[in-house]
Amino acid sequence: MAGNEVKLIGHWASPFALRVRWALKLKGIEYEYIEEDLRKKSPLLLQYNPVHKKVPVLIHDGKPLAESLMILEYIDETWKQSPLFPQDPFERAMQRFWAKFADEKCAMAMLATFHQVGEEQERAAKEAQEHLKTLESVLEGKHFFGGETIGFVDIAAAWIGCWARIVEEIVGIKLIDEEKVPLLNAWFQDVLEVPIIKECVPPRDKLLVHYMSFHKMLMGSST
Amino acid sequence: MADEVKLFGVWASPYSRRVEVALKLKGVKYEFIEEDLSNKSDLLLKYNPVHKKIPVLLHNGKPIVESLVILEYIDETWKGNPILPHDPYQKAVARFWAKFLDEKCFPALRKAFSSKEDEQEKAIEEASELLKILENELNGKKFFGGDKIGLVDIVANFIGFWLGVIQEAKGEELLLTHKKFPILCKWIDEYVNCSVIKENLPCQR
Repeated sequence: MAGNEVKLIGHWASPFALRVRWALKLKGIEYEYIEEDLRKKSPLLLQYNPVHKKVPVLIHDGKPLAESLMILEYIDETWKQSPLFPQDPFERAMQRFWAKFADEKCAMAMLATFHQVGEEQERAAKEAQEHLKTLESVLEGKHFFGGETIGFVDIAAAWIGCWARIVEEIVGIKLIDEEKVPLLNAWFQDVLEVPIIKECVPPRDKLLVHYMSFHKMLMGSST
Repeated sequence: MADEVKLFGVWASPYSRRVEVALKLKGVKYEFIEEDLSNKSDLLLKYNPVHKKIPVLLHNGKPIVESLVILEYIDETWKGNPILPHDPYQKAVARFWAKFLDEKCFPALRKAFSSKEDEQEKAIEEASELLKILENELNGKKFFGGDKIGLVDIVANFIGFWLGVIQEAKGEELLLTHKKFPILCKWIDEYVNCSVIKENLPCQR
């Protein structure tokens, strides 16, 4: 029987903390949220995540866990309601594979599009579009990656939809083209309308301002 | 029901070796198919179209790729000799260290050995810091998995064997000395002498 004290150290603009919040909300788990100032990391964060010193960190009955996808798996194994994973080992392997692909390929290329300029930016954007196309192939015939309801990959990858729109607006390059990836585009729209998902997403304007100033700083430092 | 298990791999790859260790630990019979990475087979491209890499585990015709994903699949499918702890928290901790090894340690170790002279000192220092973190994690335990080898030990095979080979090939102990990392070196001895691992080490060339 799971204990009761759950805390989450996060940052309002962190997509990785966001997906942990989604999982906690989906399962109706009560928790205390602790906002971290990433420019001046707290002793608490350094104590609970000494290896990476990053958010999010989940603390369950005093025991800390870092790395958001690992945290999602832990949450699913500890609180059995509204399961994120299917039972079948092969289907579980597929969920793990695609969550990893979304993070390592789609998200990385999207972030590179944000960080780079000129030819390198074009290359990164093209890569992001290709990887998103590959991700889309998994959706054939399904409403969500989890099937009829959201599952592990949906929770793991939904942030990419929000963040892609922010990146698109700041750098002026389309990443999720409704004509090129219609299924993926529809999925992003649908998943972001799911109540527990919608409730936790930070306000778009606030995110835009945050990343715009970050982008300005990046561009300034590269000249 | 007869299980058909095939593994596409490369004898010198620590990633395909770790899958073999897991299969052997669980007594799973499998057919090993050696891939020529300079001339990838149609089968490999068919079963891993996304990454086109080894290892690929084929279980009753269904392909699973990415070594960490494969290891979890193996543990969930064949229940004997578990490689992951039963407790969800301990399981999460094991996964954390496996990821740390793959995403931080191995790239740093490879860099330390392939860097040019002027960059090598810094690369070795960075790698040393990461190895120190691992040593601290191991403290007091025979294996990362406790009394028996587990996921983290299997994933750390690069350190367990390949690092020694690389150091020997380079002709000096650049990084992993007994003096600097006594606990890790002791782990390597235990790991290499563990019977399943022993059968599984490629011959030193």
